[in-house]
Amino acid sequence: MELLVASAIGLMTAAAVYLILQQRTFPIVVGLTLLSYAVNVFLFSSGRLIANKPPVISDADAYTDPLPQALVLTAIVISFGMTALIVVLALRGFLETATDTADLPEDELLRDMEDDR
Amino acid sequence: MLLALATLTPFFGALVPLLADRLGRNLCAIATGAVTLTALLLVLSHAPSVYSGEVPAWSVPWLPALGLSFSFFLDGLGLFFAGLILGIGLLIILYARYYLSSKDSLGVFYFYLLMFQGAMVGIVLSDNILLLIVFWELTSLTSFLLIGFWNHLPESRQGARMALVVTGSGGLALIAGMLILGHIAGSYEITEILQRGEAVRSSPLFLPALLLILLGAFTKSAQFPFHFWLPHAMAAPTPVSAYLHSATMVKAGLFLMARLWPVFAPADAWFYIVAPAGLITMLIGAWIALFRDDLKALLAFSTVSHLGLTTMLFGLATPLAAVAAVFHILNHATFKCALFMSAGIVDHEAGTRDIRRLGGLLTLMPITATLAFIASASMAGIPFFNGFLSKEMMLEEAAHTVYAGHEWIFPALATLAALISAAYSYRFAISTFLGPVRGDYPHKPHDPPFGMWLPVAILAALVVVIGLFPALTAGPIVERTASAVVGGALPEYHLAIWHGFTPALVLSAIALAGGALLFICYGYADQLRLVFAGMDAKSVYDAGISGIVRGARAFIVATHNGSFPRYAGVTLLTILAVGVAAFFQAPHGAGTRPVIPGAFPASAAWIVLATLCISLLFWHQNRLLSLVLTSGVGLIASLFFLQFSAPDLALTQISVDIVTTILLLLALNLVPQNSPTETSTGGRFSRGLLASAVGLGVGLLAYGIMTRDFQTISDYYLAEAKPGGGGTNVVNVILVDFRGFDTFGEIIVLGIAAITIFALLDNALRGAAARTLATIRDRVESKNAHPMMLVIATRVLFPLALVVATFIFLRGHNEPGGGFIAGLIVAIALIMQYIASGYSWAAERTRLDSQILIGAGVLIAGLTGVVSLIFGWPFLTSTYTHVHLPLLGEFELASAMSFDLGVFLAVVGVVMLSLAQISRVEARAETDAVPEGPMDVPLKDGRVAGSNDGEN
Repeated sequence: MELLVASAIGLMTAAAVYLILQQRTFPIVVGLTLLSYAVNVFLFSSGRLIANKPPVISDADAYTDPLPQALVLTAIVISFGMTALIVVLALRGFLETATDTADLPEDELLRDMEDDR
Repeated sequence: MLLALATLTPFFGALVPLLADRLGRNLCAIATGAVTLTALLLVLSHAPSVYSGEVPAWSVPWLPALGLSFSFFLDGLGLFFAGLILGIGLLIILYARYYLSSKDSLGVFYFYLLMFQGAMVGIVLSDNILLLIVFWELTSLTSFLLIGFWNHLPESRQGARMALVVTGSGGLALIAGMLILGHIAGSYEITEILQRGEAVRSSPLFLPALLLILLGAFTKSAQFPFHFWLPHAMAAPTPVSAYLHSATMVKAGLFLMARLWPVFAPADAWFYIVAPAGLITMLIGAWIALFRDDLKALLAFSTVSHLGLTTMLFGLATPLAAVAAVFHILNHATFKCALFMSAGIVDHEAGTRDIRRLGGLLTLMPITATLAFIASASMAGIPFFNGFLSKEMMLEEAAHTVYAGHEWIFPALATLAALISAAYSYRFAISTFLGPVRGDYPHKPHDPPFGMWLPVAILAALVVVIGLFPALTAGPIVERTASAVVGGALPEYHLAIWHGFTPALVLSAIALAGGALLFICYGYADQLRLVFAGMDAKSVYDAGISGIVRGARAFIVATHNGSFPRYAGVTLLTILAVGVAAFFQAPHGAGTRPVIPGAFPASAAWIVLATLCISLLFWHQNRLLSLVLTSGVGLIASLFFLQFSAPDLALTQISVDIVTTILLLLALNLVPQNSPTETSTGGRFSRGLLASAVGLGVGLLAYGIMTRDFQTISDYYLAEAKPGGGGTNVVNVILVDFRGFDTFGEIIVLGIAAITIFALLDNALRGAAARTLATIRDRVESKNAHPMMLVIATRVLFPLALVVATFIFLRGHNEPGGGFIAGLIVAIALIMQYIASGYSWAAERTRLDSQILIGAGVLIAGLTGVVSLIFGWPFLTSTYTHVHLPLLGEFELASAMSFDLGVFLAVVGVVMLSLAQISRVEARAETDAVPEGPMDVPLKDGRVAGSNDGEN
């Protein structure tokens, strides 16, 4: 089972990284969402895999580690905030420039640097 | 205590001129003067005890572990310098009042000046070398502001930058040197270090420490080859030049040499480095000064020369040379400050300070001319003025100096420098004030108002009085200061005009007469100068700086080129390299923890997930499809959490999934639907390779972790959740209680993100963004924007969703659920209304502003924490009680629930604000009417739903 989970994490990460390396903003955002899944599962699995022992106090004799769960829960919500912010950044960038490329042409870069002086 | 106060007074007092600025220039100057006077009196109140041999000190620890303490002490040296800084500071304040025009902000100028003054006083009173460094850096920063005060002038900005670069980099060397010094001395307190000179000198680290500290002192005091910044700092207003270059900034380096003299001077290296450096600076500075036509530039290079003189005296490492050095610091401060002020007056009244355009001012401005004559005579070293005394002492010391077996080097070169110094002093005075009156001055010259020449007169009076009665006036001060420098008793000496026919007298006479000859033959000397024209330290500096800029730019173009894929690629490659390196440096391989056997459902889920991921790689250019595939992955992640004992996570993941998908769908509606093919096969291959490597690394790491046992810190949480936190759902108790502060910070971050989104989109309906929107409008519009089925279903479901959310919220403390999940459910229910019935319809019915929800959430969560403070518990301590209500029976009420309510409200607000803002942008395209029906909620003013006039 551990092998399955680990390989799933690896697959998700690989797909996410591939999308993040694209040149348009939308695939990058989708890639980040996917990467969030991978990272959350990864963090969660650092508490090891234990089935059917939720950390809700009862008559049970053992529970799974609640701490990674609490951390991942906040991570899930924060990653939503991050995704929302990046989507809106990308959206506004598209609306302003009518292009959704994540590349800055070199001449624009040089022009920006001249402006800084 | 009073010592610390004396240092802090200018800092805090710096606010006074800013406030007094509007009361008029006179009051502003008086208020500023009062601040400096207060500091001066605080210092002087210790003078009697210092002169009776005590050393007042005051100290509080600051960062004791690092050896940094807030400690001050006042010995003769500190008192001398503090008196000089604050006393001349008073004169400068008076002078600046008249010098600066009404266009310049006097308040801001005085603010900078006082900040600088405080930093200088801090340097000379610090007992801790780390504290001294802090003040040292502060002088670099504040002098940057002062030199660049006229920041509309390019040369002002350039001069300020150059001063900052040179003194700032010297400051870095000084920090390193001081740290080494403190390390080998075993203490960072100056009083301690001075006691341990022997130990310091015998350390192998002594030479590096000495060199680094000298680098700091030489850059600050403009010693060769760092002398070039000082003349460029002359772009500053004249009061700044007069202050920085006569009494303060450049003297800081001299002060440092004097301060550490007992530790360093006995070492041979000190003599062999410092003395020639000072001698060369003295000579080069004088030579350049002779040929400057700008009065201030002449004085600037003359300052360089005199700083070299003093440095050389400290470098000679004899107690008598130290006496001469201290005496010359005092004399130089008086005559040079007076000269700078005179040059400023000439500039101010005649409209130019170019010697070639001046001359004959004696009859037009007699007072200024007289005062300038006195000060120049002192600078030239003419008898009966104070400059003569210290210069003669210098020549006396130089005459006895044997450098590396050569007897003539020091006497000859020092006399030559004194000769040139006499020549430029004559030139300054004679070419400006004597000669025929000219008709082409830019302004009509006349003497300045009383307040402007008064400070010059005070200084000129000092020049004469010290020159005539040295032993009576300056004697005690010089003696007390010099004995503090050498750290012991001084040999016998006399401050007097006449010592008999000594070698020094002969050398002085040669210098004065030779100087006169040189001035007469100025034209020939000018020819000679052209031989050395190629030697210019500034061009070396400029070449160095532009080289650095070019290098930085090339580096930026190569790495920071504005392409996100490249940034991401570089970052990932770096992480990968670090990971690979770590992989091969540590034992690796699978752990020994027993694994859970695989099961059929899990394998099936894995296959689905793998299919989804691989499909994404092939069809990611179809953006809608890529979104659907990604949501599928999220769904499997939720199932995974559910399987492995994390019901809370499963609930959160699935609701966040829904919200994220809606969000991305909304955004996708506005951006292009497909990604074009832009990369070559090779590009795709290398991306794929990098992605596979990263994925493989993460997967292996995960496997390595999961197959090893570990020590948990959660036993405490599990044990204390019920008795301490009053809840049985440990995850929730951790979130709202044990790690409540974390959660509190998290909802604030979420709130900030949402408000940023609001700021990004609030004005997106204007300008370029609006034009883009207009072009895509046709595409965004749907044939049937509000399907009846969807409208009715969402409205029916809305109250049900609210009930579910309440249930989830209430049970959160004991069963899976809580504020996060409940907030997400409510937000989903609300957003469904936006989707089904359109932005306008929903916005019209929204009673609660999302921003208020966020604010209220953060506030409620924060107040919950504050309440526990009131009861004397730490922030966010929770408590709980059991309440018995009729019908419902007994149940538990925890204060953490109110915290969770805050979380709930903040989450609702954040999600609503983000999604509603995107919908609002899209609402531009809404033209369809919302179907009216039995489920509609009528508005208060009688209108029925579906009217889209609100937003369009």
